[in-house]
Amino acid sequence: MAPDTKHLEVTLETQVESVNLAEEMCLRVAEAAGFGEDDCYRIGMSVREGVINAFHYGNQERPEKKIYLAVDLTSDKMIIHVLDEGTGFKLSDVPDPLAEENLLSTSGRGIFLMRAFMDEFDVLSGRTGGAEIVMSKKLPAPGSTPANGQGGQSATPQQEA
Amino acid sequence: MSLHATHRDAGDVMVVDFSGRITLGEGSALMRKTIRGLLEDQRTKILLNLADVDYIDSSGIGELVSGFTAVKNRSGDLKLLHLTKKVRDLLQITKLFTVFDVYTDEPTALRSFNS
Repeated sequence: MAPDTKHLEVTLETQVESVNLAEEMCLRVAEAAGFGEDDCYRIGMSVREGVINAFHYGNQERPEKKIYLAVDLTSDKMIIHVLDEGTGFKLSDVPDPLAEENLLSTSGRGIFLMRAFMDEFDVLSGRTGGAEIVMSKKLPAPGSTPANGQGGQSATPQQEA
Repeated sequence: MSLHATHRDAGDVMVVDFSGRITLGEGSALMRKTIRGLLEDQRTKILLNLADVDYIDSSGIGELVSGFTAVKNRSGDLKLLHLTKKVRDLLQITKLFTVFDVYTDEPTALRSFNS
């Protein structure tokens, strides 16, 4: 870890309340790091989705399992890790929620949203044997207007459906 | 902010006014309970007013889709009214904007159920 990296980590219970807790914690870090409202929304949503994924798919909602959330704030980006105690998964196995046959699926959009809202996104095999989601967002440039988001895919498509 | 729901009759259409966040847990559960309750009462023309819903996550989106499908399976219609920018953007990037009928004014939305 680089000497100027700030590191924060917390172990969460496998329960619904952990989703809000993780979101709130990361939002505070993002705001303190200077992210604007739009980027804070995207970061908060991505953390929610990462922890929901760990809660539901990774840990199968089993309360004896834990969710490990870590945030690294480097000189140029905010990196978020969400690790579960499940059996892991491959990104290539995740169905495309935009495929015609999946549009009316009631689940399976979390990974898509994290990829859309963050600058970098990957799923690794974690030290627990579970999935470790690693995602990051570049810090806003010094002096930039904080109201609008920087980087990442816009939440607004170019053309209305 | 938790989710609140009130519903009101508008002819044969039931308008549900939601306010708050539709997220994993209580928010999604309330949406499911509300829509299922209306279907049990044989109300199959449902307009969801989301003007005061400023946040929805993948669980909430899933519940919207689930409600839409449940109503369609009863030969009914579930439509959306007054989306906030965040909800609208989410439905657009997930391509669900093409699935739902979305309206920006209530009279037009109500008339559409009988067109």
